[in-house]
Amino acid sequence: MNWTKKDLLGITELSKEEILFVLDTAESFKEISQRDIKKVPTLRGKTVITLFYEPSTRTRTSFEIAAKRLSADTINISASTSSYVKGETLKDTAKNLEAMNPDVTIIRHSMPGAPHMLARILDSSVVNGGDGAHEHPTQALLDAYTIREKKGTIDGLKIVIVGDIIHSRVARSNIFTLRNFDSEIVCCGPPTMLPPHMEELGIKVEYNLKKAIHNADVIMMLRIQKERGGVSYIPSVKEYSAFFGLTGEHIMNAKKDVIIMHPGPMNRGVEIMDDVADGPYSVILEQVENGVAVRMAILYLLLGREK
Amino acid sequence: MSILIRNGRVIDPKSGLDEVIDVFVNGNTIEKIDKHIRKTGSDVRSIDAAGHIVAPGLIDTHAHLREPGYEWKETIRTGTMAATKGGFTSVVCMANTNPVNDNKSVTDYIIQKARSEASCRVFPCGAITKGLKGEELSDMGELYESGIVAISDDGKSVKNSAILLKAFEYSRLFGIPVISHCEDEDLSRGYVHEGRASLLSGLDAVPAIAEELIVSRDIAIAKYANAPVHLTHISSGGSVNIIQHAKKSHKKITCDTCCHYFSLTDEATLGFDTSTKVNPPLRSKEDVEAIKEGLRNNTIDIIATDHAPHEGTSKDVEFDIASFGISGFETAFALSLALVHEGVMTLPDLLRKFTVNPAKLLKLPYGQLAPGKVADIIIFNPDVEWKVDRNSFLSRGKNSPFHGWVLKGKNLLTLVDGKIVYRDKSFKA
Repeated sequence: MNWTKKDLLGITELSKEEILFVLDTAESFKEISQRDIKKVPTLRGKTVITLFYEPSTRTRTSFEIAAKRLSADTINISASTSSYVKGETLKDTAKNLEAMNPDVTIIRHSMPGAPHMLARILDSSVVNGGDGAHEHPTQALLDAYTIREKKGTIDGLKIVIVGDIIHSRVARSNIFTLRNFDSEIVCCGPPTMLPPHMEELGIKVEYNLKKAIHNADVIMMLRIQKERGGVSYIPSVKEYSAFFGLTGEHIMNAKKDVIIMHPGPMNRGVEIMDDVADGPYSVILEQVENGVAVRMAILYLLLGREK
Repeated sequence: MSILIRNGRVIDPKSGLDEVIDVFVNGNTIEKIDKHIRKTGSDVRSIDAAGHIVAPGLIDTHAHLREPGYEWKETIRTGTMAATKGGFTSVVCMANTNPVNDNKSVTDYIIQKARSEASCRVFPCGAITKGLKGEELSDMGELYESGIVAISDDGKSVKNSAILLKAFEYSRLFGIPVISHCEDEDLSRGYVHEGRASLLSGLDAVPAIAEELIVSRDIAIAKYANAPVHLTHISSGGSVNIIQHAKKSHKKITCDTCCHYFSLTDEATLGFDTSTKVNPPLRSKEDVEAIKEGLRNNTIDIIATDHAPHEGTSKDVEFDIASFGISGFETAFALSLALVHEGVMTLPDLLRKFTVNPAKLLKLPYGQLAPGKVADIIIFNPDVEWKVDRNSFLSRGKNSPFHGWVLKGKNLLTLVDGKIVYRDKSFKA
């Protein structure tokens, strides 16, 4: 197939074929990162901007490494150093960036829809690096990549997402991705953190963690989104941890070859215990590794699109 | 100067008149309504309304004219120009100006300004509490004597039930309605309706109960005070239900909804278009159906615009920080005519919600088309199609989610006090 989209704003805009095309493309890029000289000239002369209005370690670094391994030039702008603190609107920031002719702008923002606004203004490509509680499409794509790599398929699995679902863009993008496949999606967390109407999306809701992960093939753990007020949705972090923290004992209820995922950053001792995070079922660092390949694929596809 | 409107289908919901007949306006008064009125002379302007509807000018019980204080969003001059274009001849302007209309000098200013610059009648609504802060009652008597027709802290609810009870009780002294904006502040930390759409968009959401709780509370307080209450911009099916039942035991309850609550669902917010950001928020398909049913069975008495104009910069930002509101004067009536086209109600019934019922609520001598009455009249065509172009709005606020929509029904001519204040380019008069 041929890629035609200018932007990657959310998974809901992608067809199943497009999702699989990204994963297939990422497969061919993964090997580059394992070479001695980790660079190919594919995007030489292209400019990639990361515009981050929210803190990030993994995503920003991952995009930058992805761009550099494809020989693109990268510029990082973070809110604390930008004109944002001087009161410039996103629209004006976007217009000013456009005047410098970037090829791709990756934006992370605390407010849903900010990337969509940027994409309406910019003629060049926009990638959503996470917008509020809305979407984080590259995270979901790297998660799907990791599931497929580990399980050989994304169909016929029981995939459990545990935590602060209502505030989680990772959960939303994962749900939108996984809905395309023939797997069972179960969301688990305190009722206050599970938004209404989830069943309409074909998602099972289970409040009891032990029941939820019974026979699971994949368990995705999410942190409490403190920056979005997550803490006020529960009586205490201690109580949350007692009911929704994943322990080694829990995993006994899952399938023998279960994989444990986490988009990071982890709050060890809260949603995930050390023995699980560092244990044999954890694929958390492989997710990070795959993130680079998936983001290389995205940059490559957007810039090589059919116009 | 006199005006003879010939051969139009004249609808006066108050008297039940609905026939093709002539209307003769002398000065500012409707002098005669009869078949084949013959008036000639150089001072008689003859208008052929054949094929069109002649009706009382519309009354909007809820608008924001933004003056004083926010003249870059709208002024009394531009707001009333937009209003008359949309068929409105009387407009109630809410108190959330700067300074707030909680004292005589602001009311006087609005009335003076309207007298010299407005193209339609402007009736200020005073604040219930000083500064809209919900703490102390405004000087209601002073406001009343200066010309306010209602009181409201529109934009928020009066959180303190004791203060609200006093406002209801005290309002009986002047016989003016309290207009309740129904929104539980603590439940309203969001920007869209909590439903399937908010699950998809991740936007912070407000459940419908935020409105319904205050609808229930305000009805209970008004009933206890034996005072009239008008619940404004009702948007949820649950609210319609509550009001329908409450009306059986307390006769002094009225309510309005706005055109966007039966024209759009929360699905419209999925593209993060900030022109769809409005308070209360656009709701689910089921709510829209319930609002229509409430209009049909007269649980909802009035259709208002909640005209809330904003300058570009207030809306040209991220959804979370964009201002709430829709610039509604120029699309409200045409959107409402869809209810007639869809068969939800008849045209006279629709007009009642824009004329007789608002006039009754505010005790205004307008909203009627009858001999001896003031000539506030519109001529419109319910079937002509036109495309909404927000850039051609007379309002300073171009914030409309209906931009590009093709609407059926258009106001052609507006008469206020016997004078033509608006004429559509397509209409020869």
